[in-house]
Amino acid sequence: MSSTTSAALPTARGLIRLPGGATQRGLLIQVALLLGVVALGWWLWSNAQVNMAARGLQFGFGFLERSAGIPIGEAMIAYAPSDTYSRALTVGLLNTLRVAIIGCFLCTIFGVLLGLARLSANPLLRGLTGGYIELVRNTPLVLQLVFWHAVMLQMPSVRQSINPLPGVFISQRGLKIPALLNEPELWAFLGAILAALVGWWLLLRRERARQIAIGERRPTLLPGFAMLLGFPALALLAGFVPTVEWPVMAGFNFEGGLALSPEFFALLVGLVIYTSAFVAEIVRSGIQSVHPGQGEAARALGLPNGRIMRLVILPQALRVIIPPMTSQYLNLTKNSSLAVVIGYPDLVSVANTSINQTGQAIEVITIFMAIYLFLSLSTSGLMNWYNSRVALKER
Amino acid sequence: MSASLAPPAGPSQAARIGAFLRACFAGPLNSAITLACLVVLYYAAPPIWDWAVGRATWSGTAAQCREAGGACWAFIREKFWFSIFGLYPYEQRWRPATMLSILVIMVLASTQRRFWGRRLLVGWAVAAPAMLVLMAGGVFGLEPVATRLWGGLSITGIIAVYGLALGYPLAILLALGRRSELTLLRWFSTAVIECVRGVPLISLLFMAAIMLPLFLPQGVTLDRLARVLVAYTLFTAAYMAEVVRGGLQAMPRGQYEAAEAIGLSYWQKMRLIILPQALTITIPSQVNTFIGLFKDTTLVVVIGVFDFFTTLRAALGDSQWLGFATEAYVFAAGVYFVLCFAMSRYSMHLERTLQPGTR
Repeated sequence: MSSTTSAALPTARGLIRLPGGATQRGLLIQVALLLGVVALGWWLWSNAQVNMAARGLQFGFGFLERSAGIPIGEAMIAYAPSDTYSRALTVGLLNTLRVAIIGCFLCTIFGVLLGLARLSANPLLRGLTGGYIELVRNTPLVLQLVFWHAVMLQMPSVRQSINPLPGVFISQRGLKIPALLNEPELWAFLGAILAALVGWWLLLRRERARQIAIGERRPTLLPGFAMLLGFPALALLAGFVPTVEWPVMAGFNFEGGLALSPEFFALLVGLVIYTSAFVAEIVRSGIQSVHPGQGEAARALGLPNGRIMRLVILPQALRVIIPPMTSQYLNLTKNSSLAVVIGYPDLVSVANTSINQTGQAIEVITIFMAIYLFLSLSTSGLMNWYNSRVALKER
Repeated sequence: MSASLAPPAGPSQAARIGAFLRACFAGPLNSAITLACLVVLYYAAPPIWDWAVGRATWSGTAAQCREAGGACWAFIREKFWFSIFGLYPYEQRWRPATMLSILVIMVLASTQRRFWGRRLLVGWAVAAPAMLVLMAGGVFGLEPVATRLWGGLSITGIIAVYGLALGYPLAILLALGRRSELTLLRWFSTAVIECVRGVPLISLLFMAAIMLPLFLPQGVTLDRLARVLVAYTLFTAAYMAEVVRGGLQAMPRGQYEAAEAIGLSYWQKMRLIILPQALTITIPSQVNTFIGLFKDTTLVVVIGVFDFFTTLRAALGDSQWLGFATEAYVFAAGVYFVLCFAMSRYSMHLERTLQPGTR
C-alpha cells in the first residue's frame, strides 16, 4: 500500500527534495522567473534610456525643484504658478486628500441611512430606496460626475444665486458657506468640544468597569449630553466666541466665507452619492447577516430596543461590514482621480499637466502611483487593525 | 384532506394591496414615513413625467424641441447610430453592426448553462478574433479602418470583451501564483495584484498611454487602442485574480489531498479537480466584478478614446443641436443601467441556482 502511494509522490519521479520541501523543479521555476523579471526590467530600462536621450530628456527628479508655471484654481496651501513642481504636486495631493476624507465621512453617514431605509418595515420607503440604489450602482461614475458638473454649471449666476439656508449660496461659481476664522477663540471652542467628548468616553469607561464589578449601570446618556452642551457653553461664556464670517454679496462676487468650487462640489456630490449606494448594500447585508434569533433572545432578556441594536446586533453586523467598507473607502479615494474628467485639480490632474510640460513621464507617474499605493496600503492597514479589534475573538 | 395538502394559492390582488397598505400605515412612525414618501413623489414625479413624456419631442428638429420645452428625444434619435458606430466610415457601418451582433449572440449563449463547456470556449476563441478582424479589416478584401475612427458602443464592446478574454487567463495564473508554494512566485504574483489594485485605473491608463511608448524599442509604436487594452487587461486580471483566489481558498483541503493521492501532477490537479469547482462557485462574484469593470470602460475618455459615453458627449457639440445635454446623459445612463442591471440580476439568479445541493 505504502509503496503505491510513494510511487505517486513527486519524489518518486526523479525530483530531489531539497530542505524545506522545495523540489528541484520548483527551484528552477523560481530562478527562471527571477531571471525573466530582471531581464524584462533591464530591457525596458535600456529602451527608456535610448528613448529619453532621443527626446533630450534625462532621468531624474531634479525637475521637481524647477518652477512649474501651472495655474491651480484652488489650493489649500499658499500657491503661485511660479512655485516648484513639488509644491504643485503637493497642492494636488492635498486636494485629493480633502475630497477623499470628506467623501469617506459623508458616504458613511448617507450609506448607513440608506441601508437602514432599505431595511425599513415601510414597503414604500423600502421600494423607493431600492430603486434609487440600483439606479446609482448600475451607472458609471464618470457619467454621474459629468452630470453633476453640468448641473453645477447650469446654476444661476452669482447675482441670482440660490440661497437655501442663511449664509449658504449656490451659483455657477460653486458653493459659498460661512467660514470660521482661524483664531485662538476658535481653537479654545473646539478644545471645549473635544474635552466634552473625552469626558464622555471616560464616563463610559468608568460605568462599564462599575457594571462589570458590581453589576449595576447608571445612565450615561444624560451626563454625556450635558457635558457636550455645557463645556462649549462655558467656553462661550468665558469669552471664547469664534468669529463666523458670513459671505456677503459685494459687486459681482461674494466677499468672505468659504468657497467650494463647482468642480469640488460636483466631485464630492458624485463620489458620495455613488459610494453611499454601495455602502448601503454593505450595511443592509451586514445587518441581515445577524441571525434573527439573536435579537429575539436579547428581547427575551428584557433589553430595550436601543440596547439590542447597540450591544447585540451592531457588534455582530460590524464584523461583516468592516472588510467591504475598507474597500469602499479605498475605491472612493482611487475614484477621486476621476476629477481630471471635470477639471478639479487633484493629484492626477496636476501630474498630467506636469508630464505634458516636462516630458518626465516615468518620474511623475512613479510619484503618483507610489502615493496612491501608500494611501491604499495605509488605509487598508488601519482598517485591518480596526477589524481585528471587532473580529470574533475565539477563546 | 387533499385540498389542504395542495400548495397554497397566492393571495388575491385585493389581499396583497390590503397587506401593503397595512404595512404602510402600521403605527404613527410608519404612517409619517409613508406620507413623507408620498409628498416627495407628489412634488418630484409630475415634473419629471412632464419633461420626459408629457412635453417631450420624439421626432423633429431642434427648433421644435425648444418650442415644446420638454425632453428632446429627437436629438437621441438623430445621434443614435453615431453613438453606436462613432466616426466609423458610413458605408462600412455593417462591420461594427455585425461585430455587435456576434457579441450579443455570444453573450446570450454564454448565459445558458447548457452551453457551458469546451464548445463555448472554442466559440469565443473564434468569435473574438473575428470581431477584431471585422473592425480592423485589411484582410479578406475588407478595407482597413484605423482604430482612431472606431467609436461608440462598438469600441466599448471591444474593450470589455478583450479585457476579459485576455485578462481572465492571466487572472487564473496570478491567483495560482499567489497560492503557490514557491516563495518567489507567490511574492511576484502578490506584488503584481496589490500594485495594480492599489492604484486607480486612470493612472494605469496614463501609464499605458504616456509611459509605455518610452519603454518600447525605438521605432516600435503601439496603437492607442492596444495601449488601452494593455492597461485594461492588467486591471481586469488583478481584480479577477482576487475573485479566483477566493474560490481556490474556499475549496476544502480534502479536494487537494485527494487529487494528490491519486497521483495527479500539479497542472492535472488544478485543471481537472480544483479550477472547475473554484471557478464555478465564484461565477456570481466574477459577474459582479465584471459589472464594475464594464462601468470602468468609460474611463478611457482620459486618453482620448471615444467610447459610448464620450461619443454621445461629442454629439453635444453639434451646433444644430446645442443644449440637449440632459437628454444625452439620461440616454447613456439608461443604456448602462439596462446592461449592468441585467448582469446583476443574472448573477443573483446564478447565486441561487449554483448553490451546492440545488440543481
